[in-house]
Amino acid sequence: MATATLNAGSELSHDEILRYSRHLIMPEVGMEGQLKLKRAKVLCIGAGGLGSPLTLYLAAAGVGRLGIVDFDVVDVTNLQRQVIHGTADVGKPKLASAQASVREINPNVEVVGFETRLTSQNALQILQDFDIVVDGTDNFPTRYLVNDACVLLGKPNVYGSIFRFEGQASVFYAREGPCYRCLYPEPPPPGLVPSCAEGGVLGVLPGIVGCIQAMETIKLIIGQGRTLVGRLLVFDALGVKFRELKLQKNPDCPICGPHPTITKLIDYEQFCGIRGEEHTPVGIPEITPREVKKLMDELQPFVLIDVREPHEFQICRIPGSTLIPLGQVPKRMHELDSAHNIVVHCRSGQRSARAVELLIKAGFHKIHNLKGGILAWSDQVDPSVPKY
Amino acid sequence: MAVKIMIPTPLRQYVGKQDQVEVEAKTVAEALSKLASEYSELRRHLYNQEGKLRSFVNVYLGDEDIRFLQKEQTPVNDNDVLSIVPSIAGGAAQ
Repeated sequence: MATATLNAGSELSHDEILRYSRHLIMPEVGMEGQLKLKRAKVLCIGAGGLGSPLTLYLAAAGVGRLGIVDFDVVDVTNLQRQVIHGTADVGKPKLASAQASVREINPNVEVVGFETRLTSQNALQILQDFDIVVDGTDNFPTRYLVNDACVLLGKPNVYGSIFRFEGQASVFYAREGPCYRCLYPEPPPPGLVPSCAEGGVLGVLPGIVGCIQAMETIKLIIGQGRTLVGRLLVFDALGVKFRELKLQKNPDCPICGPHPTITKLIDYEQFCGIRGEEHTPVGIPEITPREVKKLMDELQPFVLIDVREPHEFQICRIPGSTLIPLGQVPKRMHELDSAHNIVVHCRSGQRSARAVELLIKAGFHKIHNLKGGILAWSDQVDPSVPKY
Repeated sequence: MAVKIMIPTPLRQYVGKQDQVEVEAKTVAEALSKLASEYSELRRHLYNQEGKLRSFVNVYLGDEDIRFLQKEQTPVNDNDVLSIVPSIAGGAAQ
């Protein structure tokens, strides 16, 4: 911990003056702005795709206290975009990895770590000691939790989100403008919007959006420029288009409106329609990879259908499978004979479960979902099949 | 009225990967209805079982949210641009 923090934001050391010289020589920042940064306490929720650039740039800018909330562990698939973590960090807690990166960039920053899931039980307590909250989370329940906690505590919520090639950013500050619920009163039902693992994401996209979030946070702290309060920035990475949409406070907003019905934190998993860990449709007949291998070895006749996308089929496939992408199953199910034994697979077993459900409704009864998908096939039967 | 509808990236797979679709319509409701008729796979992402626009999908005429105009009855003119802006969160499987 650097001794510079003992000044508690009342002055800058010679080292700090040199470090931040490029800020200090701009009238919009100057000593006054840099001291505001030093006194600022910012909470970054998530040290992942958005949290990586966000935390790095806030650290570089000299935010005095940075809180980081993340309970996850670094996975190799994160490295395509989560640049605060390196190859040597795979398997380590993201929080420890992020803290180390921040210290390396700027030892003057006090990092406060919360290696916990943010919940309705702890959110108010965790958020209350910070001035600004930056939402770098990856799921709807937490986004609504963060929003509600920020509204109840009167704190700005710097919002950013991404999906494949699309990004959004705004600043939700209920005292001055709309909150997240004003924009989106309800989340999509689970399963309708794919995750990064299922839908993919251009690695650099959260880099761009996270940087915008850092930029907005800094502007809020130094009080310069015009922030995204009341505006939704929508970014199309494919076409390189930034569009700006007007956001207004919803007069009927249940939390930040004049007649709020939400006055404390709720059960957000229930609000978002998620029940526990259940992802797959219930009661779908399953078959394990080893059982399928046995069918193959014993030359038992069956049809193996792969419902992944063509570009996934290029990565790897199970020999003998026929590709019918999930979206085409309704139109192409006539290609299948319900008299045959059919096994359906995808990457992890979720999409194929939906396909099996569809086919059962259409009258197919000799049908099974490959439990765990091609990932489990690679683990249990054929390790030469790459995992992705 | 020839209206351009901007399609957000999560929904482009349902409209043959186009980033915008042109339709002839007099109101927002008509424009979206024509879009959903032409691209039937898009329908369940825009409308719920009761045929109402889903609440996690916002529609903008220019840069104005239609909820603060005349909602789906908002009239549209030639060369107006409608944007569909769905809720996104990225990241975790749900």
